[in-house]
Amino acid sequence: MTGTLSVAEIGHYAMILALALMLVQSVVPLLGIRWGDQRLVAVSGTTPIIGFLFVAIAFVALVAAYVTSDFSVKNVWENSHSAQPLIYKISGVWGNHEGSMLLWVLILALFGALVALFGGNLPSTLRARVLAVQAWIGSAFLFFILFTSNPFARLSPAPLEGQELNPILQDIGLAIHPPLLYLGYVGFSIAFAFAVAALIEGRTDAAWARWVRPWTLTAWIFLTAGIAMGSYWAYYELGWGGWWFWDPVENASFMPWLAGTALLHSAVVMEKRGALKVWTILLAILTFSLSLVGTFLVRSGVLTSVHAFASDPTRGIFILGILTLFIGGALSLFAWRAPELKQGGLFAPISREGALVFNNLFLVTAAATVVVGTLYPLALEAVTGQKISVGAPFFNLTFVPLMVPLLMAVPFGPLLAWKRGDLYGASQRLGVAMIAAVIAAVVTYIAAGGKGVLAPFGLALGVWLIAGSAVDFAERIQLFRTDARTSLKRFTGLPRSALGTVVAHAAVGVIVIGIISTSAYQTEKIVAMRPGETVEVAGYTLLFQGVSPTTRSDYREDKAQFVVSRGGGNQFPMAPSKRFYQTRQTVTTEAAIKTIGFSQLYISLGEPMDNGALAVRASYKPMVTLIWLGALMAAFGGALSLSDRRLRIGAPRRAAARTVPA
Amino acid sequence: MTRKQRRLVMVAGAGAVLSVALVLVLFALRDQIVFFYSPTEIAQKALAPGTRVRLGGLVVDGSVKRGDDGTISFAVTDTANSVNIAYHGILPDLFREGQGIVAEGVLTDAHDLQASSVLAKHDEKYMPKEVVDALKAQGVWKEGEGVVQ
Repeated sequence: MTGTLSVAEIGHYAMILALALMLVQSVVPLLGIRWGDQRLVAVSGTTPIIGFLFVAIAFVALVAAYVTSDFSVKNVWENSHSAQPLIYKISGVWGNHEGSMLLWVLILALFGALVALFGGNLPSTLRARVLAVQAWIGSAFLFFILFTSNPFARLSPAPLEGQELNPILQDIGLAIHPPLLYLGYVGFSIAFAFAVAALIEGRTDAAWARWVRPWTLTAWIFLTAGIAMGSYWAYYELGWGGWWFWDPVENASFMPWLAGTALLHSAVVMEKRGALKVWTILLAILTFSLSLVGTFLVRSGVLTSVHAFASDPTRGIFILGILTLFIGGALSLFAWRAPELKQGGLFAPISREGALVFNNLFLVTAAATVVVGTLYPLALEAVTGQKISVGAPFFNLTFVPLMVPLLMAVPFGPLLAWKRGDLYGASQRLGVAMIAAVIAAVVTYIAAGGKGVLAPFGLALGVWLIAGSAVDFAERIQLFRTDARTSLKRFTGLPRSALGTVVAHAAVGVIVIGIISTSAYQTEKIVAMRPGETVEVAGYTLLFQGVSPTTRSDYREDKAQFVVSRGGGNQFPMAPSKRFYQTRQTVTTEAAIKTIGFSQLYISLGEPMDNGALAVRASYKPMVTLIWLGALMAAFGGALSLSDRRLRIGAPRRAAARTVPA
Repeated sequence: MTRKQRRLVMVAGAGAVLSVALVLVLFALRDQIVFFYSPTEIAQKALAPGTRVRLGGLVVDGSVKRGDDGTISFAVTDTANSVNIAYHGILPDLFREGQGIVAEGVLTDAHDLQASSVLAKHDEKYMPKEVVDALKAQGVWKEGEGVVQ
């Protein structure tokens, strides 16, 4: 090393300074509250922002080391290559254990800084406590990074060339998937911090509920988009054409999503009616706990999975320690302080509140089945050494049956009044939706040739959800009940959160239709083909013309040329390929996908057969894009709701006291 | 309805849903899980044909045969015993002779498996954890060195 300071050293140093600031933020404001010293309490107004800046400096330093291909940094050498495209040099930063943990902390610090920036209208003690809890988590993970996973570890002498980012991760989808996912599940830390702060204070006030909901919603939007992105990536990149595998790594993000969705709904009850306080606090703790469990599963290396890049046991034990400390601590605090919290308003079982409790009950139980299915194999192997695999059949028998009653109940929720609802009246108003669902079931049953009743039922469920949302919307703007002008006026006056509910609930129906259609009605052919041969899939004729090799700087590619036609109509080319990455000696399959309406034609390649033919997997997946479009639509519904004036951060304190429809 | 009655309704409802879920989970854990075996364990256990298993091991050199119709057959070994696998489908990118793989499928007899999926890992250095354990059991795996014979 020469006398000049390298970026890596600046980054490392910034990370240590960030830890020091987080430790200050963890302790000083709390002492200020105890000693009644406002100057000490006020520390929490600035340290989170400066702490975030230091983490950001560390992160930027790591990005800079990647961009300049500084192979004296071990992490860069392991995961980058000078010939790699710039975008993958950057995404390589979080395509590995150390870098992704730094991203995790960066996002945690970002949320802390946002609370400090926009939390001016929070009671100062609540803000100080929330930010202290946030800093406890941040400090724990910074310790983890500094002691077990330092991204700035150096190599001497510096190697001349890097080992390249795992080719399967060199993809635009995977470049943005981790940041989205982390914005989601680290975002739940705010709800957790608020819950713990409320328990320490021994009370929850109006400001508490008004703050928790938008933060949870923000995290939920990102998590929804992140999961959808990961699912689509697996679909086109892994070449199997599957969109969800119930892989532990997928479950790691799905468990907090389920709990977070429940939290979102219980927070509504708490905000509007002041009920379910204790439950909402517990749910906030559980949601972030599941985020921590997810982080542990993915980052400790206990799993054998594509995502588990890490495999050092000291890391696993360290994260397990953090996990136990935070989950155990928060739950003990809950057991101790929750009985002191005041009970909220009364409501009848059949009411909007009752419907939301129903939602929570099923979502949390479903989350629990996913937890069992994910952790049971690990526990069994740890205890008995017996190795098992829990896959789709398990979840189809446990998770899916729990979803059915929940989805059937969804359209009723928004139509029931607060406190005491009229189930009979709601059913009458939903009559149109029921008719639509029955028609959908009958039509698909006949169209499928009378085979199977489950798929038509599933599709009917999807139609029921969409039509139910339409009824909710029509009711709100009094469509056809009054003249068009009044309806339009009601529409423009409709709170965005009500519109968000309509969109998000319809989106669930869209997702259901996508899932059922591709699962039940896809056609797949696996054949060995020689140039000039054709194969027929769902009415499309695929003509295989041959393979053309090309060479790029970082890989060699064999493209198989297909011409696809349907009944002499217009033709289009498709070219699935195999890529061979020299540096890592790795092969990847690039599927060819043609979107037709909402459906997709999907071709991926296998290996050459002994007789020179090529193994080809060709499938037609009806309505498959609805799965991801629906997820994006749900995220959009969340964003609409978030843009509601009353939820906007920094809204005047009295605004939420008015009772407005959710 | 009083607070007490309301609470009772909720607790009863929650109890009902949770017990249904519990029954489903227990039922699924009994019938819907797949056990992992090494070729030696399969040879010793005398499992009934038709049992669904996961099997891990190294692909035997020179055993891979690809038929005209896209059917592939190969043998998997833990160096002591081996099992023949038949598979109709696309093999993973990293399927190679000598490579560790995991196959899931139904046993047709004591030495044959009709696989419905074959997994390999996306990294040339990586061995599936189950395969490593099976090889350790045979005493032919050394940490950091791989297979030693």
